[in-house]
Amino acid sequence: MKPAPPSGPTDPAPPAGMAVPAFVSAIEAAIPGSVTQVSYYVGDWAVIVPADKLLEVARFLRDSRETAFDFCSDVTASDWPPRPQRFDVVYCLYSTKHHHRIRLKVRAADGEAVPSVSGIWPAANWLEREVYDLFGVNITGHPDRRRILMPEDWQGFPQRKDYPLEGPGELLMENPLDWLRLKQAREESEIE
Amino acid sequence: MIDTYLIPLVKILFVLNATLIGVTYMVLLERKVIAWVQVRLGPMRVGPYGILQPIADAVKLILKEDITPTRADKWVFTAAPIIVMVPALITFAVIPFGPVVNLFGRQVPLYITDVNVGLLYIVSVASIGVYGIILGGWASNSKFPLLASLRASAQLISYEVAVTMTLVSMIMTAGTLSMVKIVESQYDQHLWFIFVQPVAFVLFFIGGLAETNRAPFDMAEAEQELTGGFHTEYSGMRFALFFLAEYANMIVVSSVATTLFLGGWLAPFPNVGWLSFLGYVPSWMWFLLKTFAFLYVFLWVRATLPRYRYDQLMRLGWKVLIPIAIANVVVTGIVKVLF
Amino acid sequence: MTTHTGQMFDTEELVINMGPQHPSTHGVLRVVLRLDGEKVVSSDVVIGYLHRGIEKLSENRNWTQIILLTDRMDYVAAATNNVGYCQTVEKLMQIEVPRRARYIRTAICELQRIASHCLWLGTHAMDIGAMTVFLYAFRERELILDLFEEYCGARLTYNSMRIGGLPLDIPVGWDRKVLEFCTIMSEKVDEYEELLTHNRIWLERTRGIGVITAEQAIAIGLSGPPLRGSGVPRDIRKDEPYAAYDEMKFDVPVGTSGDTYDRYLVRLEEFRQSIRIIRQAIQGLPEGPIVGKVPRLIKPPAGETYHAIESPKGEIGYFIVSDGKSTNPYRFRVRPPSFCNLQALPQLIKGHLVADVVALIGSIDVVLGEVDR
Repeated sequence: MKPAPPSGPTDPAPPAGMAVPAFVSAIEAAIPGSVTQVSYYVGDWAVIVPADKLLEVARFLRDSRETAFDFCSDVTASDWPPRPQRFDVVYCLYSTKHHHRIRLKVRAADGEAVPSVSGIWPAANWLEREVYDLFGVNITGHPDRRRILMPEDWQGFPQRKDYPLEGPGELLMENPLDWLRLKQAREESEIE
Repeated sequence: MIDTYLIPLVKILFVLNATLIGVTYMVLLERKVIAWVQVRLGPMRVGPYGILQPIADAVKLILKEDITPTRADKWVFTAAPIIVMVPALITFAVIPFGPVVNLFGRQVPLYITDVNVGLLYIVSVASIGVYGIILGGWASNSKFPLLASLRASAQLISYEVAVTMTLVSMIMTAGTLSMVKIVESQYDQHLWFIFVQPVAFVLFFIGGLAETNRAPFDMAEAEQELTGGFHTEYSGMRFALFFLAEYANMIVVSSVATTLFLGGWLAPFPNVGWLSFLGYVPSWMWFLLKTFAFLYVFLWVRATLPRYRYDQLMRLGWKVLIPIAIANVVVTGIVKVLF
Repeated sequence: MTTHTGQMFDTEELVINMGPQHPSTHGVLRVVLRLDGEKVVSSDVVIGYLHRGIEKLSENRNWTQIILLTDRMDYVAAATNNVGYCQTVEKLMQIEVPRRARYIRTAICELQRIASHCLWLGTHAMDIGAMTVFLYAFRERELILDLFEEYCGARLTYNSMRIGGLPLDIPVGWDRKVLEFCTIMSEKVDEYEELLTHNRIWLERTRGIGVITAEQAIAIGLSGPPLRGSGVPRDIRKDEPYAAYDEMKFDVPVGTSGDTYDRYLVRLEEFRQSIRIIRQAIQGLPEGPIVGKVPRLIKPPAGETYHAIESPKGEIGYFIVSDGKSTNPYRFRVRPPSFCNLQALPQLIKGHLVADVVALIGSIDVVLGEVDR
């Protein structure tokens, strides 16, 4: 019996009495209303940001002297289908000056626009293309939004949780006879 | 009758076959030498120590399917390898392998012919070869060969100038264009010309590397950049012709260098009395030894140096080699007039 | 194709497809170059030919099976991938790894770094035309592969780590062999330097080629030797020490001008620093267990984390989400250093010649298995 799919990440709040570091608390202080939630887990700080505030927060994090997150390590996403805003777009940031890390998270529904941060960190360019390619997150304002890993004419977004795990390829490996029959049927229909 | 037709014909056949065999074994030698430099063994499977490898290679290349790309210009595509190969072979006509020797009671010169403009002949024939490379790259109708043939033409033209300039200074030193006379004048002057014209020797060596498309100037092939360059689209025996022509050209350049700078068939210091025992080694043996030493340096360089870039090669040719070569001609002239 | 009319002759830019089958694209990279003569006007990097969906596969394998998949990403530095993954899971589960295991991990990571750099040096030199260095570098890489074979039985895809520690202790006498290798290697690095560092042609081919400033390098997300070549002293081994790096003495070499030559020098110096670290790790190897307290069923509590280590190519990061219910990760994401470094390629090759394109592909040291995953 498979457990029911989870409806979202835990995003635990920092334990009571734990001092929030300056680079986290500075965000809310500088841009009011930009932090939906602050979470802390096994040493990592994560901040959930609404999509419309993302660019503002990103620019602040890069340019402010005490944050100075000049290095965009990673942009990725995770998919939580039961949730209305099913995607978490995750930005892993790092500061080469202060050597601290933070994760920004943006929640987005299927088709909901997430502004591209590639204007702020050029490093995000390909990473966002990959998020678009594999998850189908609607990244807007991207200079070159094409598929990157999958073929250009690919249908669907393979990293989504509802993407089928089996297709013709798997059919071929597990049951060659079925695959042959399928192929023959297709060829016959083409002849007609 | 015998002197006019039979002996030259035998000599031509002999030189032609010896060259072709020499070229195929040159390939084996190259593979072996580079392998030893690179702590490998090289070919070991065909025959003892891979000694029959060239035959296996030749058989393989002949049996390979000969493909002409559909979009290629068929006639030029076919002609290109021939244009490369033929000049490389006919230059051997004027290379003196030895002096006139007594063979079976006849006076036989160990060269096919002695043209009084021998050096000029070599320069002009050798530069035909590059047309084959240019045409081959062009006729393939493919992008990488096209780039390679552009490179080849630029490179060949610029290095031709430098090499010919050094040859001019050699002609001034020797006072003749005949290959045989050049060797004889080295005997008369009691010195190999490498000691008279060291700058010219270095220039000729560098220019020779570039003209034969050898590393570090193998721009036109550059398999890491242009996937094989001008012969990308060639296969089978046509590819083999390109390949053999390259090695034949190496032998030509080495032979010319030997003749011009290393005293041709002469033993080292032929005029020094106590070294006269060196004269017991046959003259053609000396010639082959010197040529081989030169060829070995070619291989050695290939195993050691990285490749120049195309624009750097042009800069080296036009801004360094040609000015030095011209200066060398001028200095040679002044010295000739004054002394 | 754009045509410039109005000139005496119409000129066209040549579009040339470098790869996916090309000897110098290190696998199946495809670069579409737009050339003016031999000068690159613009370029487009096409990847994905080796996409096997390792991230998706991992979401359907249990936590231990994934170690084996990480081998297949950067297949010339498989052990480093293993270490990165295992540490991320250890971080999620808050497992303490015993000191001996951390020391051995450090030694293995550095051996792997030398092996990876050997492969890089060989192929990079080969791209520029110095083919002898290739075989010399592979001769030493072979010694490392032998050491790995003795340790875990595999030569390329090691599967040599376990969550919480190591699968097995080092074989008897292995430490002595590693030290012997260090002696050999430090001589051989000098040999590579003799062949290349002061070679005029090498200098002309690499100096001033593909210059990237420190600011640009950080912005485009370069990490590892390419970033350090631009003069940014960023090394995760120093900045956020993992395994036993906090107990090791080593320097982080940085370049000054950010060109191909500096990236080359940085990597060559890393050979020496790696040898230094291996010596310290093997000589100071503590006694003790090799596996920490790991539950029989590996099932991290719900939560997510990002953890990065310094692979030979740069920062390899794992972003892993666990739902706490199933025995496989809910989301498994790798931050592949080659992928992010490759992104800088169009910027680097612009305005350079075709010959420099291969030099620059070699200089940023990509492994396509990791780029495409």
